[in-house]
Amino acid sequence: MISFSPTEEQQMIMTMVRQFAAGEMRRIYRECDENGEIPGSIVDTAWKMGLVSSSIPEDYGGLGGERSTITGSLIGEELAWGDLSIAMHILCPALLAYPVLEMGTETQRKRYLPLVCDEKYKSATAALIEPRFGFDPYSLSTTARPDGNEYVLDGEKCYVPLAAEADVLLVYAREDGSGQGFIVEKGTNGLLIGEREKNMGIKALATYELSLKNCRVPKENRLGGEEGCDFAGIMNCSRVALSAMATGVAKAAFEYSRDYAKERVAFGEPIASRQAIAFMLAEMAIEIDATRLMTWEAAWMLDRKEEATKEASLVKAYADDMVLMVTDRAVQILGGHGYVREHPVELWLRNGRGFVTFDGMAVV
Amino acid sequence: MIDFELTPEQQEEIKAAQEFAEEQFRPVSRYYDEHEHESPLELIDKMWEKRGESMFRLGLDPAAGLRTEELCWGDAGLYLCIPGPALGGAAIFLSGTKEQIGQFLGKFNEGKPKWGAMAMTEPHAGSDTAAISTTAVRDGDEWVLNGEKIFVTMGKRALEDSDGFVVVWATVDKSAGRAGMKSFVVPAGTPGMRVEKLEKKLGIRASDTVTIVFSDCRIPFDNILGSPEVKKVDKAGTKGFKGAMATFDATRPIVAAQAIGIGRAALDFVKETLQKEGIKIRYGVPRQKLTALERDVMEMEANYKAAKLLTLRALWMMSQLQPNSLESSMAKTKAGLAVTRITQKAVEIMGPLGYSRKYLLEKWMRDAKINDIFEGTGQINMLVTARRVLNYSRDQLK
Ligand SMILES: Cc1cc2nc3c(=O)[nH]c(=O)nc-3n(C[C@H](O)[C@H](O)[C@H](O)COP(=O)(O)OP(=O)(O)OC[C@H]3O[C@@H](n4cnc5c(N)ncnc54)[C@H](O)[C@@H]3O)c2cc1C
Ligand SMILES: Cc1cc2nc3c(=O)[nH]c(=O)nc-3n(C[C@H](O)[C@H](O)[C@H](O)COP(=O)(O)OP(=O)(O)OC[C@H]3O[C@@H](n4cnc5c(N)ncnc54)[C@H](O)[C@@H]3O)c2cc1C
Repeated sequence: MISFSPTEEQQMIMTMVRQFAAGEMRRIYRECDENGEIPGSIVDTAWKMGLVSSSIPEDYGGLGGERSTITGSLIGEELAWGDLSIAMHILCPALLAYPVLEMGTETQRKRYLPLVCDEKYKSATAALIEPRFGFDPYSLSTTARPDGNEYVLDGEKCYVPLAAEADVLLVYAREDGSGQGFIVEKGTNGLLIGEREKNMGIKALATYELSLKNCRVPKENRLGGEEGCDFAGIMNCSRVALSAMATGVAKAAFEYSRDYAKERVAFGEPIASRQAIAFMLAEMAIEIDATRLMTWEAAWMLDRKEEATKEASLVKAYADDMVLMVTDRAVQILGGHGYVREHPVELWLRNGRGFVTFDGMAVV
Repeated sequence: MIDFELTPEQQEEIKAAQEFAEEQFRPVSRYYDEHEHESPLELIDKMWEKRGESMFRLGLDPAAGLRTEELCWGDAGLYLCIPGPALGGAAIFLSGTKEQIGQFLGKFNEGKPKWGAMAMTEPHAGSDTAAISTTAVRDGDEWVLNGEKIFVTMGKRALEDSDGFVVVWATVDKSAGRAGMKSFVVPAGTPGMRVEKLEKKLGIRASDTVTIVFSDCRIPFDNILGSPEVKKVDKAGTKGFKGAMATFDATRPIVAAQAIGIGRAALDFVKETLQKEGIKIRYGVPRQKLTALERDVMEMEANYKAAKLLTLRALWMMSQLQPNSLESSMAKTKAGLAVTRITQKAVEIMGPLGYSRKYLLEKWMRDAKINDIFEGTGQINMLVTARRVLNYSRDQLK
């Protein structure tokens, strides 16, 4: 039966996350953006909510809840509404955990899943994006070559969140023409973590370039072992996650500019009482809702294990455009005040513009 | 639970609508576009015989939206010709008493094909519905109507070709503004009511659009829908006007669903043609590698989906008896605009095939445009959406 109502349990989770986002994230996000740092304490607080470990089976130390991309999307939207950098930081371990959970071998699960079920937050991450024009996740330049009992990885990656502190990295590389994941533990020879990146947005999130130079990992570290992984499936999960997060960022910008427009008086009236402003806001609201519904639909298909490349990529592209449109208009509605860093809209515009680039930087 | 699954029964009903559209609408689609004021009598009889089937009943839930989509995929003009009480029926159903529902809608179960219509628009009052000047004056046990209504969909079929009815909006007290606006059921054949002009249109030509003139047209007192009282509580208006607005909440998503059907027809045509030519749309490929054509098609598909999901949500809320003014207007705004653009873009993409009357695409472009105009123009629905998201009254946002 068609329904647009989250379950009671999902609503409880959303309320919990929203409270955290409104109370904790919104209190410090500007400071984080300015300093380029996220306090460990807020990550620990978030970690206690068990957003990642909840869907990991008890056998591996998780809470054994149902793994649901829809629930993940709801969480992703709420967290990103709070702040995108902090959201990506909090969810970063899922970049390793979910692919291992869904596609990993039993040995891989036993070894790596407990890591993200620890009471204390421990970083794990994934490296997909490569620093070149025309980057295409389906034809990676980073290569993996079997050599005896090992795989040899070579290539360059960028936008790898928390690479420097992560204990384990999931590195995507091309092997025989297809995308595969390789688990690389910290300290492996040939894994060279570069300088922290300086980006237009998500400034609070520490992201890194890294290079793989004759980096050797045991054969067992190929995600999914002999069978390998469903790379397209991972991409789709990521597209849905990012669409949900784009919705959250856009919603934040929409709400702020809506409230501002009702307060700000020009020519004797609140600017919201002019159609030029009000219609922008109406369209922002419509497109935010449309994106959310499309995200839910794609997530629903993923939960049913249906092929969803079309839906996931359509909503991702739609979300990319939507979040840019909405955050840009939010700046516009604040006029000169939108341009200065006293208000958050410029931050959301900078973060919003990034979604086209953020391939594979979040999964739900 | 968030769910997009249709029950097997709903799937069957949607499939039946799809088949009917393909087998009964499509083959005569061009003919009735080119023979504007001719009635598809055989088709009408067929639809009347099948009137018990879900696709021909006015439903207000997601599945009804999907059935509407299928039928309008076939032909949006012929869809409007489906015999039944239509939007006028929705008005009676939503603001009439049990007796009125029985009295006016009961006969739609028997006899010959008949239609209901709804007359709000006047020459000098379109979007600004509160400015209507048709009057209803009480005279003993009767109301006396005077005024002129234009652009009444299926007015001719309702009033001249059958024993249908029209729901007419009129003011009982001009000084009361919105609060004075009431709706009245006027049955076919009532003296003092004349169908005058039959419009020639850009699209949806199979449907008729007429002017109706009321001169001292008398109807029984009980034909008023809702309370006859004019309560001057506040400027925001009382039940009469709210009744009209409540009807819009229900009907706007259905109009959105009509739009979506046309949009999908155009999209299907584009995709089928590309397939024949061996051109693939590569989903999941990064943007900078896509062709302009792929980008266009994907954008059209995404907008179609966006409009459709907004529409299904508005209908779902309706079926859950949740207030859905905002969501209805969002759906109608998005669908009207998206489908206007989708069909126009499709004509561009298909080049000579798009512009030629040998194919139906150019017709769909002409048909689609109406969805950005009736049941509230794109701007009016944007205005309603804006007022809702800002929590503004009509005085705060004009
Ligand atoms: C970096 C920077 C440098 C600047 N340098 C200078 C300078 O050197 N000298 C100087 O004097 N000023 C300067 N300004 C100020 C700038 O000109 C104003 O910010 C600008 O005119 C907009 O005014 P506002 O910010 O008060 O926005 P508002 O007037 O509050 O407008 C807010 C929003 O409402 C819209 N709006 C307002 N009225 C209407 C209406 N009637 N109908 C429809 N929409 C409406 C606006 O378009 C805008 O989107 C500068 C601003 C910045 C950010
Ligand atoms: C084929 C067809 C069938 C129809 N069927 C019916 C029917 O069955 N029953 C019925 O009652 N009516 C019907 N209509 C009428 C239809 O609902 C009106 O045409 C519509 O509401 C617009 O009114 P209008 O044509 O007077 O345009 P106007 O109200 O004059 O609007 C002109 C333009 O100004 C814009 N505009 C108006 N006010 C504002 C505002 N405040 N802010 C911003 N922009 C504004 C409008 O969006 C539009 O773009 C039908 C029309 C057509 C063409």
